[in-house]
Amino acid sequence: MRDDLLDLARSPLVLLFLTVAGYQAGRWIRTRTGGHALAQPVLVAIAVVGTAITVLDVDYADYRGATELVAFWLGPATVALAVPLHRQTDRLKGFVVPMLVALVLGAVTSIVTAVLIARALGADEALQKTLAPKAATTPVAIAVVDALGGIAPLVAVFTIGIGIVGAVIGPALLNLLHIRDRRARGLAMGAVSHGVGASRMLREDETEGAFAGLAMGLTALITSLLVPLLALVLF
Amino acid sequence: MIRGLTWLLGFQVLGELVVRVLDVAVPGPVVGMLLLFVVLRLSRYGDDGPIVRAGTALLDHLQLFFVPAGVGIVVYLGLVGEHALPIAAAALGSWLLGLAVVGGTATGLERLLGKPRDDLGDPA
Repeated sequence: MRDDLLDLARSPLVLLFLTVAGYQAGRWIRTRTGGHALAQPVLVAIAVVGTAITVLDVDYADYRGATELVAFWLGPATVALAVPLHRQTDRLKGFVVPMLVALVLGAVTSIVTAVLIARALGADEALQKTLAPKAATTPVAIAVVDALGGIAPLVAVFTIGIGIVGAVIGPALLNLLHIRDRRARGLAMGAVSHGVGASRMLREDETEGAFAGLAMGLTALITSLLVPLLALVLF
Repeated sequence: MIRGLTWLLGFQVLGELVVRVLDVAVPGPVVGMLLLFVVLRLSRYGDDGPIVRAGTALLDHLQLFFVPAGVGIVVYLGLVGEHALPIAAAALGSWLLGLAVVGGTATGLERLLGKPRDDLGDPA
């Protein structure tokens, strides 16, 4: 390929275009498949972009820099999770205590079992520490792993991966577990699959989405407080 | 749209400010979300206000904003492949247990408090 064309292909403009186009392709597939659980736009976009930057031989760091414009909006979107919650506040009545107890127990379970399973199967300590906070939303997980001594950029991959798993199979599993209260369904998904799980729930039902967002926020708080404490026992 | 975005960004700034002043290891946007929730509540904010419209527009495309970080997988394909079993088992196992514990505890406590809900109707 001519050098100037290759330069264009590796430019921030094209990388940004591929990101948005990959996401758009994912939305198109989701519509075409009638909202099939596997057709999560984030998954399609990661596959498209991951393949493209590998073929074009673009450093991930350069890609990340070029798409800062997209990643930036995760912050305001997280703030915006207050909106569905506000519209669902009357549903909080009689649910605050079950909610808080469930989220604390869930965070302890998720952190401790991730470390113990990884250890039992021979993962080294850095990897165990990187897996510990993966249920929390990406920025929290990165900060926690940083402080703990794991591999910070890798935990972003784990959290988004487990978020996608939640978006794909979460609702079906909740049916299997006979969790039928929409508040509890949203809560469970937000607690283990953060924003990506919340985005699936928002498409299913506003109550489920609102409680997933709330669970994501509270789990972020709980995880950042609990992991340093649990680390004293675990490591 | 811009009016709503200004408010959302403003609460994110406020969240970052609180996190720095209190020196806690929680992300600013999460604190911003909780603060915005309180304000929306206290002001009995209407369903068609600019914050609701801008917020809903952003949330419709929440998945897009995770793509840049998710693509990081290409850097770690080797490492993840090498430790595929412990990573997959630990991530999926703890995810499943966490999901079951949160869902089960919340619905179990509701039953104990005598206020169980069934939103899905009779599967018949």
